[in-house]
Amino acid sequence: MKKILFSPWTKRALFAICLIPALSLIGRGFSGDLSANPIEFIEHRTGDWALRFLLITLAVTPLRKIFEQPLLTRFRRMLGLFAFFYVCVHLSMYLTFDQMFSISGIFADVLKRPYITVGTAGFLMLVPLAITSTAAMVRRLGPKRWQLLHRLVYFCALAGVIHYYWLVKSDVREPLMYGAILTLLMLFRVRIWLTKGTTNKAQPTTVSA
Amino acid sequence: MLIRKPADLRYSDVTPKQFYLNRRRFLAAGSAIAGAWALPTPAGAITKIDNVKKSGYTVNEKITSRADITSYNNYYEFGTDKADPSHYANTLRPSPWHVQVSGLVERPKTFDLDSIMKIAPLEERIYRHRCVERWSIVVPWIGFPLAALLKEVEPLSKAKYVAFQTLLDKTQMPLWNRAGIELPYVEGLRLDEAMHPLALLVVGLYGETLPNQNGAPFRLVVPWKYGFKSIKSIVKITLTDKQPPTTWNITNAQEYGFYSNVNPEVDHPRWSQAQERRLGELFMRKTVKFNGYGDQVASLYTGMDLRKNY
Repeated sequence: MKKILFSPWTKRALFAICLIPALSLIGRGFSGDLSANPIEFIEHRTGDWALRFLLITLAVTPLRKIFEQPLLTRFRRMLGLFAFFYVCVHLSMYLTFDQMFSISGIFADVLKRPYITVGTAGFLMLVPLAITSTAAMVRRLGPKRWQLLHRLVYFCALAGVIHYYWLVKSDVREPLMYGAILTLLMLFRVRIWLTKGTTNKAQPTTVSA
Repeated sequence: MLIRKPADLRYSDVTPKQFYLNRRRFLAAGSAIAGAWALPTPAGAITKIDNVKKSGYTVNEKITSRADITSYNNYYEFGTDKADPSHYANTLRPSPWHVQVSGLVERPKTFDLDSIMKIAPLEERIYRHRCVERWSIVVPWIGFPLAALLKEVEPLSKAKYVAFQTLLDKTQMPLWNRAGIELPYVEGLRLDEAMHPLALLVVGLYGETLPNQNGAPFRLVVPWKYGFKSIKSIVKITLTDKQPPTTWNITNAQEYGFYSNVNPEVDHPRWSQAQERRLGELFMRKTVKFNGYGDQVASLYTGMDLRKNY
């Protein structure tokens, strides 16, 4: 197991897997299979995948602890950056095709429409995390401060879930499912924080976020 | 006879002979192994509608492709995704069909499909159709004015509103309990809106009977209102003296009003209604008040605050 997790090929394979949703959209584009409303289709799919990758990223730490596989952390940055990538495509579609780069239109939307407001907030919180994702930035900030900053990712995921929940018209099962997954992932952390607080403080803290 | 019955169509009209012969051999082999085969009857078969006159109600805009009109639908009884109805509405049986028209009328009446087709001459009208979700299409509908049906039953002078109801059949609509809205789907119009010549009862599109996902066999189209007012697969029409409940208003009264006229000046609380995306186009276009039918219908609402009566 250790060997597999350590192999550079595992990382490359995971990279390729993470690209599948994007490649599938491109493939569908070429075969004219993006539904009657391609812009909306791409917006919804990239939005889905952004949220999924955020939740997958947040699942790394719990999985690492449950299965005692510290090497899993090797993949966390890539997964997080893929979430950022899909968010960027999602947002560019909106800015280009829904708003046609109209500054007034964008501002009106952000100020007036709660689901856009919370979505924008989620994106703005992700930006510093993407920028500070390199090893050099971890060193520059110091692990303590870096970890504190990267706790923002919880709020990004929450913003994503709310953004989705507020967008749907009646069938809230999917956003609620993502909400439930996020709750589980957060409960896992709360449990760890609680036990850390009550037992011994000298326990070596690993970078966990 | 206005509808050509499926029986008049030969298999060779749609399938080359060698294929259907192969299919028969395959079916025979299959039934030998598996026992009895339940062959579905072509109840939902789409057939050409004859004797349709072109009408002056048309628009100078590109008609949306049939593929787009029939694959991108809101029909929550068959799933909430836009593509769901085109995949799952095949369980709907549009024939036989009965529509009960009653309430505050002189002569209540139940129509079957044949008598519906004979109420008035069928005409093709090309209408813009604008969804509250900010997409729009241009559709060549086939139908006749709702006013013609109402005249058949003679509304009483007390009647002020018309209520409509969609079929709710849990075997034909196995996904009904996932809709997230109260069913059966109900809609309503003020009587003067219902009597307006633009309000159309629709039995077909693109020269043929309605596909199930578009509301077969018989639906309403009110082109100056958001699409959800144009109720599908109608089984019941009731004349009333009180404003009838409407499904999306029950679901979320702050977002969907009784009138729901297309209006770029009155935003939906969660999105702007100033623009729309015409299916087949990438960029948004400006939405026109009353969906461009203001000259004909604005007078219905004189003196009304359309912000309050959204």
